[in-house]
Amino acid sequence: MMEHIELFFKSIFVDNMVFAYFLGMCSYLAVSKKVSTAVGLGAAVIFVLAITVPLNWLLDQYLLQEGALTWLGPEYADYDLSFLSFIMFIATIATMVQLVEIVVEKFSPALYNSLGIFLPLIAVNCAILGGSLFMQSREIETLGLAFNYGISSGIGWFLAILAIAAIREKIRYSAVPAPLRGLGITFIITGLMAIGFMSFGGMLTGGDEAAAPVEKTTQVEEVKKDVKQKEAEIKTVLSIADNTNK
Amino acid sequence: MGLLSKKDSKLISDPLLDNNPITIQVLGICSALAITAQLKPSIVMAVSVLFVMGVGNVVISLMRNIIPSKIRIIAQLIVVATLVIIVDQVLKAFAYTLSKELSVFIGLIITNCIIMGRFEAFALANGPWRSFLDGIGNALGYGLILVVVGFFRELLGSGTLFGLKVMGDPVEKTGLFALGYENNGFMVLPPMALIVVGIIIWIQRSRNKALIED
Repeated sequence: MMEHIELFFKSIFVDNMVFAYFLGMCSYLAVSKKVSTAVGLGAAVIFVLAITVPLNWLLDQYLLQEGALTWLGPEYADYDLSFLSFIMFIATIATMVQLVEIVVEKFSPALYNSLGIFLPLIAVNCAILGGSLFMQSREIETLGLAFNYGISSGIGWFLAILAIAAIREKIRYSAVPAPLRGLGITFIITGLMAIGFMSFGGMLTGGDEAAAPVEKTTQVEEVKKDVKQKEAEIKTVLSIADNTNK
Repeated sequence: MGLLSKKDSKLISDPLLDNNPITIQVLGICSALAITAQLKPSIVMAVSVLFVMGVGNVVISLMRNIIPSKIRIIAQLIVVATLVIIVDQVLKAFAYTLSKELSVFIGLIITNCIIMGRFEAFALANGPWRSFLDGIGNALGYGLILVVVGFFRELLGSGTLFGLKVMGDPVEKTGLFALGYENNGFMVLPPMALIVVGIIIWIQRSRNKALIED
């Protein structure tokens, strides 16, 4: 339970997709002129991330990782398909976005019309692919955690675009130097917001250090056990061989 | 340029300044910002995008008459993903530490909006040679910003360029450091990438008033 809570807050504040990794910046900058459209896109991103990250976790776990194909049979044990992960992930994402588009169009035409152009845009939003790639590179352990990671990083992105849209609505009334108006000031405000979000960095460091050494010792013990078992096996095999020779 | 006609050379020169993909079209920013803390990864990233865009634009342009428009997005994504896998594998084979440093951002070339944008806007409507030039031009415009941002962030942030000590040694206080210069550690952190790009936009738009938004 604790690790779920930790991951949740970490992906929203500390590892915020926009402010710490600059993922999904293009749509973040292009669609943040009005709060209402920003909310629509943000909600769609949360939804798509919550579906695709766990789905790609399953793909990664049972198809792509080194030795992931063992469930097919022992002869597939040393296959490593991880070089295919880009193409598999992007295929999943494109399919899911298409599916979401069809479902939304069927059941809620009003929402479909208000989202309209943003839905296909999500397929090429780096935040979505980035979520899956970070899920893979950070080796998230369970399906539940992957789902949690998808949702919470989506919420982080939603928070960022909501905040910048609100600021941009207000900044229209202030005297920004002409060449800086529009894109330039948005970049600089995002930079300032990122500085603010950096202060969340110290929030969760205490827990990590305490938990890490325990896992390592158990692993070493297991390896030792394995070695002892192997030795015993070899001895018995040797003794059997000796007996048969005699 | 003697080799290219006037119209063709415009395809390359336009995206460098007046129609720069990052500062004017607002495309491909995601990967551009994250890896610019040092000059070397910035250049590797620029070259990778150059390769993917040049080849990808030609491939899409060759296939433009046989791709049904309904599934063109997934067709484009597959082409990009294949090219990016090639780049990723080459980097892993020949520059492993660098590919670890770039981590997921090589993979994120797939969702780089410049590439999709150029496929949609140009390669689907033009012949292979012109598409190739357009791809190269846009990738160069993207690379230019990357290199400029990477240059300033590495120089001011750690006093080095390509890992070589340009400003002197910060520990032994040689070179500029002897005069009391200090590294601005803030430049290495993520937020400054945004602010540096913001300043580039500012400079660019004060030089060319036509680009100012209202």
